[in-house]
Amino acid sequence: MDTILELKNITKIYPGGVVANRDVNFDLIDGEIHALVGENGAGKSTLMKIIFGMEQPNDGQIIYRGKQTEINDPNQAIEMGIGMVHQHFMLVPSFTVSENLQLGMEPTKGVFIDNKRLLEVTLELANRYGFYVEPDKPVENIPVAMKQKVEILKVLLRGAKVLILDEPTAVLTPQETKELFTQLKMLKEAGHSIIFISHKLKEVKEISDRVTVLRDGKTQGTLKTSEVSEKDISLLMVGRDITSFDMLRANHISDTTFSVRNVSLKLENNEILKNISFDVREGQILGIAGVEGNGQVELVKQLTREIPINIGEVKLLGQTIKDMSMHGMRKLGFSYIPEDRMEKGIASEGTIYENIVADRIVQDKFTKRGILNTKNIISKAKDLIKEYHVKTSSHNQKIAALSGGNIQKVVVAREASTNPKFLLAEQPTRGVDVGSIEFIHNQLIKLRDQGSAILLISADLEEVMKLSDQILVMYDGEIVAYFDNKDVSEEELGLAMLGLSKHDESRPRGAIANE
Amino acid sequence: MSDKTFQMLRTLLAVLIALALALIITFIVSDKPLESFSLFLFGPFRNLRYMGNVIEAAIPLAFAGLATSILFSANLFNLGSEGIYYVSGLVAAAIVINVNITGVGLPILAIIIAGIVGMILSLLPGFLKAKWDVNVLVTSLMFNTIYFGFGLYFLNYYLRDPNISQIASFSFPDNARLKRIIEGTRVHSGLIILLVVAFVVYIFLYKTKWGYSIRMYGINKNFSEYVGASSFGIIMLTHISAGLVAGIGGSVEVLGMYTRFRWASLPGLGFDGALVAMLAKNRPLASLGAALFLAYIRTGADLMSRLSDVPAEIVAFIQAAIILLISAERFLFYWRHKMLLKEADK
Amino acid sequence: MENLISLIFSTHFLFSTIRVTTPILLAAMGALISDRAGIANIALEGMMLMAALSGVIFSAMFESALIGFFFALATSLIMALVLAYFTLELKTHVILGGIALNLFASGGSIFILYLVAGDKGTSSSLASKVLPNIHIPLVKDIPVLGEIVSGHNIITYATILLIIGLYLMLNKTRLGRKIRAVGENKDAAESVGINVKKIQYLALSLSGIFAGMGGAFLSMGYVSWFSRNMSAGRGWIALAAEAMGRGTVIGTTLTSVLFGITSALANAFQVMNFPNEIINTIPYIAVVLGLTIYSIQKQKKKKSEK
Repeated sequence: MDTILELKNITKIYPGGVVANRDVNFDLIDGEIHALVGENGAGKSTLMKIIFGMEQPNDGQIIYRGKQTEINDPNQAIEMGIGMVHQHFMLVPSFTVSENLQLGMEPTKGVFIDNKRLLEVTLELANRYGFYVEPDKPVENIPVAMKQKVEILKVLLRGAKVLILDEPTAVLTPQETKELFTQLKMLKEAGHSIIFISHKLKEVKEISDRVTVLRDGKTQGTLKTSEVSEKDISLLMVGRDITSFDMLRANHISDTTFSVRNVSLKLENNEILKNISFDVREGQILGIAGVEGNGQVELVKQLTREIPINIGEVKLLGQTIKDMSMHGMRKLGFSYIPEDRMEKGIASEGTIYENIVADRIVQDKFTKRGILNTKNIISKAKDLIKEYHVKTSSHNQKIAALSGGNIQKVVVAREASTNPKFLLAEQPTRGVDVGSIEFIHNQLIKLRDQGSAILLISADLEEVMKLSDQILVMYDGEIVAYFDNKDVSEEELGLAMLGLSKHDESRPRGAIANE
Repeated sequence: MSDKTFQMLRTLLAVLIALALALIITFIVSDKPLESFSLFLFGPFRNLRYMGNVIEAAIPLAFAGLATSILFSANLFNLGSEGIYYVSGLVAAAIVINVNITGVGLPILAIIIAGIVGMILSLLPGFLKAKWDVNVLVTSLMFNTIYFGFGLYFLNYYLRDPNISQIASFSFPDNARLKRIIEGTRVHSGLIILLVVAFVVYIFLYKTKWGYSIRMYGINKNFSEYVGASSFGIIMLTHISAGLVAGIGGSVEVLGMYTRFRWASLPGLGFDGALVAMLAKNRPLASLGAALFLAYIRTGADLMSRLSDVPAEIVAFIQAAIILLISAERFLFYWRHKMLLKEADK
Repeated sequence: MENLISLIFSTHFLFSTIRVTTPILLAAMGALISDRAGIANIALEGMMLMAALSGVIFSAMFESALIGFFFALATSLIMALVLAYFTLELKTHVILGGIALNLFASGGSIFILYLVAGDKGTSSSLASKVLPNIHIPLVKDIPVLGEIVSGHNIITYATILLIIGLYLMLNKTRLGRKIRAVGENKDAAESVGINVKKIQYLALSLSGIFAGMGGAFLSMGYVSWFSRNMSAGRGWIALAAEAMGRGTVIGTTLTSVLFGITSALANAFQVMNFPNEIINTIPYIAVVLGLTIYSIQKQKKKKSEK
């Protein structure tokens, strides 16, 4: 039982101050399947990136096969026998399975590629590991499960003894997952060691020998899978000291502002959203909890009409938004804090004041016959900067120069200060420092007390529990649970988020007013 | 060192390197390199007439730069000011030749109509981009030639004076021409028009809601849609305003510098406008300075070519070097990075 | 009208179409190979121009058409390397870099022309050499077909071979795979250890060489001199042809031929007393129409995918 890989006291701090890994200890025994679990932001991806040479740790040691080493880039990792199968596939869409597999190392006859041999190598490889693939189909046309097999074969072909699989079952059906596990077991018997990142505790129990739990960048422990239950693991992942936030609960919830009925979405033959229905009401914060990747992003895209609404109906203040423009929605009082603030939320080369009042300028609120009243704009901007404690030397500063937390404050300032009727807050405090998180939370509560209806979508369970009046849990594209925040425990929420407990059909209806 | 200072330093250094390149070429090419190069660098200052040449050359460059600045502010790579310039100049010529008004009303009418024509011509590539996302770089260049072709046809068949051997239109009536405003030079009142237009463009881009929308769209298209602006409207608006500026510029040039319409080929302003806009970082008021700079080195090169043995086209080397260096983001990047680290250490 | 039809179906017209298409096709292939590697080369126009000038100058200087040809290729290759360096190392926006090179070429070519030939218009004072036309034995005597197919410049025949070679390279060799992988999904290429930068340098170099051949053809085959701005927008037409051809060798060949036909038509109409100025715009109008149709289709496809 040799230890093939050991990470000791690994610390990684990203520029900007986010501590991704702190003093993490992790080891991999030759021939084991080792699961790595944790919430989003717990530090799993960073740790794997370090192993695969895509990031360098600030502190700590990496010991591979008994020798201390540095892994400087992915090519070196590949040479060392480490292969990584990313969550987002790295395949060339128009190439066939064979072509992707052997990219860069195709067999040749003279100067031309030997297509016959190409096929043979693919079939040999596939047979050796018991994977079924269709060698001559373009990768863009094969099902997701096969794409994954191609990725795994790709690393095996290049001599990987250690395989890192990042959320491999996220895109698979239960059937396909079973197949994958059979293959992983075969790989294990053939002498490979596997690191398996996942949220799905049932699967972790099924396939792994040991499991390491990460939370907030720190290791919570490495355990023998046979000696722990799913409940134990989930407590380690999710449990924290949460003081009671009862005093933050809403006083007065009234009419429905925003309603979603039977929204479903199918992309590329995958059911991404299944019959989503809920209402958000005046003076309420409705939180949607859930591990990332369970359809939240797509739901938000539907609610902001980035993906057209084909099935189901969404109404804002009684009017259906299906054919409305963003301009029209904003006029009705719709505000949106996007998850991706750099891509969507700001104009990064603009100044702070240009960003903080962007929507109002477009809505004509500072213009007199077309001319901008710059004095008013700047004065309003200055007010907002002060009100939201944006740390900056001047309203003229380029927004990109601010820290992540302050940029987010600008976005929140813009979206919240118009007293919106409905605010969609998507991961509003992702990557933000603690002080700013506190501030933004207070703003959201204030807004709610002033009568806004707020839909909070967050993978941060603590945030959801702190702010929401009612909580929906999304898992695998469905709403699987509905709780009133007064009487729910993190344990219950955790189980629901991990797909381990599902309310029967009638309960999620609690989210819908009038029924 | 602030970011702004750094950018200015970079621009300055790029210009210096480009001039140094020109110096090297002069040495290779000329029999009397120092003399030639000093003609180039200082020639225009020699007398009033030469300085006037700089200003009169700067006027069309500035117009082209302004028009292109508007487009570049929206991140649209449209280089079509040339074709519009040509046709609107022609339209202005056609009007002053055929319409019988006395006094200053005639040129004013011509310029206004030329501006409107410019707007319409610019609408075509703009619409194609707004509606179907057709590559505006290629279409604008195509339209340059297309508009030129039709313009030349019109010139040859309807406006051409048969008594003149070269291709030229009938002569303009006296009152149509823009008056000289500086004694001893050919600088005309178009300069005033330019200053007004530059100011208006500045107000438009930086002090109105429309200019703001255009600039935000140019910075981040997604952001602009997300705050509720209409991409279609912005693209159209950008093209219309740029077309207006180019149209005015064309007519001003024709009526200010010529007695007949003589252009039998495109004036080459599309790429020049891009260069001016880049040097000025799309800022309208800075475009005036950038145009002046470009006009200066052109005039200098011209003088050098007339009085020595170095051809005026040496400017092409300078222009290319400037564009390459200015747009190279990593130019001086490591130096800047080191400086920032040093400051952080303090 | 009868005149027109008989003109179009004459062997002379078809012959001239092949001639006219050659430089467009070469430049379009240049656009294609760099596009496939994920870098847009919009400096084709400038590269063709400088190559044309080089060919004339050096063939006169060394009294050899072959040497002139090689210098032409070297010139455009150097320009391509400059573009590659600024884009890949100094992170210049590849479009701006292309504009800079085009600017350089349009003025610089006149500069150099004047210095060498003493004239800013044409190089007629230089005794430049010409690449030979080939009259294929046997084929040339076939009625009709022989008149169309035989007698072209050697570059034209080389172009046909090169296109076949390019097709084979992109589709059937390791290098071609690497290039396409880099262009389609940089991450996928990196994940298997392909050096993306190296491939892009290579692709731009090849692109420059193709453009250079086009330029050499212009001044050493199509006509036997260099005149200012003789590339006349062919570089831009080539870009449009490549876009419309969806980036495939076969598609681009077809669209290039299409634009060649419109150019040849423009030439033919000139003989027929249609107004020159407007006739000359036909190829450019064709490009705008073609690009528009292509963009509309692209949009429709995107919408149906959603």
